[in-house]
Amino acid sequence: MASRKPVRWHIAVFLAPAVLVYTALMIVPLFGTLAQSLMNHDATGARIFVGLRNFATLFGDAVWSDAFWNALGNNTWFFVIHMLVQNPIGIALAAILSTPRLRMAGFYRTAIFIPTILSFVIVGFVWKLILSPIWGIAPGMLDAVGLKFLFAPWLGKEEYALTALALVSVWQFVGIPMMLIYAALLSIPDGVIEAAEMDGITGWSQFWRIKLPLILPSVGIISILTFVGNFNAFDLIYVAQGALAGPDFSTDILGTFLYRTFFGFQLQLGDPYMGSAIATAMFGIILIGVCIYLFGIQTRLRRYQF
Amino acid sequence: MTKTLKLALLTSTLLGSAAFAQDVTLTIESWRNDDLTIWQDTIIPAFEAAHPGIKVVFSPSAPAEYNAVLNSKLQAGSAGDLITCRPFDASLELFNQGNLADLTDLAAMANFSPVAKSAWQTDDGAATFCVPMASVIHGFIYNADAFEALGIAVPTTNEEFYAALDKIKADGTYIPMAMGTNDQWEAATMGYQNIGPNYWKGEEGRLALIKGEQKLTDEGWVAPYRELAKWKDYLGDGFEAQTYPDSQNLFTLGRAAIYPAGSWEISGFNTQAGFKMGAFPPPVAAAGDTCYISDHTDIAIGMNAKSPNAEAARTFLEWVGTPEFATLYANALPGFFSLNSTPVEMTDPLAQEFVSWREKCQSTIRSTYQILSRGTPNLENETWNASANVIKGTETPEDAAKRLQDGLASWYEPQK
Repeated sequence: MASRKPVRWHIAVFLAPAVLVYTALMIVPLFGTLAQSLMNHDATGARIFVGLRNFATLFGDAVWSDAFWNALGNNTWFFVIHMLVQNPIGIALAAILSTPRLRMAGFYRTAIFIPTILSFVIVGFVWKLILSPIWGIAPGMLDAVGLKFLFAPWLGKEEYALTALALVSVWQFVGIPMMLIYAALLSIPDGVIEAAEMDGITGWSQFWRIKLPLILPSVGIISILTFVGNFNAFDLIYVAQGALAGPDFSTDILGTFLYRTFFGFQLQLGDPYMGSAIATAMFGIILIGVCIYLFGIQTRLRRYQF
Repeated sequence: MTKTLKLALLTSTLLGSAAFAQDVTLTIESWRNDDLTIWQDTIIPAFEAAHPGIKVVFSPSAPAEYNAVLNSKLQAGSAGDLITCRPFDASLELFNQGNLADLTDLAAMANFSPVAKSAWQTDDGAATFCVPMASVIHGFIYNADAFEALGIAVPTTNEEFYAALDKIKADGTYIPMAMGTNDQWEAATMGYQNIGPNYWKGEEGRLALIKGEQKLTDEGWVAPYRELAKWKDYLGDGFEAQTYPDSQNLFTLGRAAIYPAGSWEISGFNTQAGFKMGAFPPPVAAAGDTCYISDHTDIAIGMNAKSPNAEAARTFLEWVGTPEFATLYANALPGFFSLNSTPVEMTDPLAQEFVSWREKCQSTIRSTYQILSRGTPNLENETWNASANVIKGTETPEDAAKRLQDGLASWYEPQK
C-alpha cells in the first residue's frame, strides 16, 4: 500500500504572514483602485458604475488628455535622462571602484551612496537652495570661475526646469546602479579575468569585451528598476515645484497629475474617480513597460554560469 | 506635539467613555500652523478660563496639504471636532457630503453681516455651516525708510506707482518689487487679485462674470494682466525661480522696496523687518477715481457633523462669534480682520492702515472663488498659471485671458 505524501503544512504556514500582509496592503487597494476607476458619481452624489467613461474623458476630453499627454511626455523625458545619465555614470563609477589599484574605494563608495538614503524632502530643499538665484551658491561658484553668464534660474524656466530636476534625482540615486553593478563586477571570477589577460585583453577592451557582457543582466534589472521608479515618481517634483508642477506645468509628471486630481488642489476639489482612472493608466503603462522588458529583453539576455 | 496630541486623544477617549466623564477635549483642524502659539497661549486659555470642563487642542497641518489631509481624515472618521473652513466650494462640498454640521441656528450668527457669511453658505443662502472668523485685505507694503531716503511719496495713481518703481530701479540700492513666479499663487493672489478689482470695478464685475454678463476677455479683466506684464522689469534677478519665502525674506531683509502683499503678512513682517513699514492700496488710474480693494473672506470655523462632542463644540463656536473672540483674534493676528459686525479696536499701525481702506474704498472678494472654480479646468489654478506666465512674458495678456475664458466657457453654462 502506497503511503500518501504528507501534506506539507509548513509551506502554507511560512508563506501566510507575507501573503496576508501583502494582500491587505497592496493587492486589495490595487484592485480597489482599478474598480474605482470604473465608477463615478451621479447627480445625487451616489456611486455608480460607468464602465470606461472615465477613460473616455481622460483620453477624449482635450482638457484632460492635454494634461495627461503632457505629464506622460515629461515623465518619459525624466526617464530618458535617468537612462542616459544615471545608469552610464553608475556603471562607470562601479568599473572605477572595482579597479584593485584604487585607494580609498570604501570612502568613495559610501560618499556616492549616501544621497540615496536621504529623504526627498531634504534633497529637494537643499538643491532648491543651491540653485536659488538669490541665496544659492550656484551663481557664486559659476562667477568664481568666470562662467556667470551660464547661470539661469533653472527651476523657474520652462525649458530647463524638468531637466534640472531630473539631474537632481540622478545625483541622488546614482549610488543604486553603482552598487548593483559593483556587486556584479565583484562576482566575476578571477579566473575569467586572468584568462583574458593571458590572451592579451586588458584595460578598456577587457571591460567592453569581458566584463560588460557578464554584467548585462544586472544592467537590465537596473533599467527596469529605473523605469518603475521614474513612472511612479512624485516626491521630488512636489517638494521642489509644488503640486501645480510649475513653471507652466513643464515639470508635471504622472505622479503630480494624479495627486492634483485625486486629492484636489487649492480650490480644485479632489476627484477620486478620475484620480483612480489616472492611477490605472499609470499601472497600465508600468505593466506594459515591465512586460516588454520581461518578454522582449530578459529572455534574450545570455547568462553565463561559472 | 504628536505626543501631546496622542495623549489628548487618548485621554478624551478614556474620559469620554467613563460614566463620570468631566472634561471634554475638542480638537481643531486648521491650516494655520503659523498660529499655533497664538492659539495655545492666548485664545485657548481665554476660552478654557470661561468654560471649565472643555479643553481645546489646536492641531494644524501644512497649508498646502490641508484640504487633502482633512478630506482623508473625514473619510476615515478621524478628523477633529472643529474644522477650520476654507471659503466657498471646498467647505460647501464638505457640507453637502454631510461632514460639516448646519450652524444656521447658532445664536452668534446674528453678529455677522450677510456678506461676511456668504462664503460659508449654500448658494441660496438657506444654510450657514461655518462661523466667519476673518478676512484678509490686499495691497502693497513698502519700506518707509527706503521711500524716505529716495524721496518718494506714497503713490496713489498708476502713474505715480510706476514713477516710484522707476526711481527705485534707477537708484539701484533696492530691488523695486519683491515677487517671484516660482510658486505661481503669488502672481495670481498678490498680483492679479490685488490690482484687479480697480479694473473690473469690484463686486460689479465679479457678479457680472458669474451671471455671464461679462467675459474674462473684456477690458476690465485683461487690463490687470497688461499691468502685470509691466512688472517683469521691476522684479529681482532670477525672479522666475524666486519662491514665496524668498520674496518675504527679500523684503524683510531690506533688499526690496515694495512688496505686493496680503494683510496676513503683517505679524510676520513686524517681527522680521528692522525698518519702518507702510502700506498703500492698489493704485487707481486717475486721482479721485473710486478705489476697490480685495477684502477677502478667508477663514471660518465649523463643526464636524460626526463629532461626539457636539454640545461642547457648539459652545466653542458660540464663543468664536462673540466680540470678545474677535478682539482677541484680530489683535493676536494683526492682518486677519474680524468679520464681526461689532467694530474691533486694533493697536497695530500697519493693520489700522489696511483696515482704514474699508472706509474709502469698495470691498470685494477674489473673483475666482465663488462658483467659478467648480469645473474642470479649474479657474483658480488656471489663473495662477496665467498670471505667472504673463509676468514672465511667456504668454501675452490677451492670449492668457482668451485661454481662461475658453476654459471657463467649456463648463460654465452662463458663459457659453
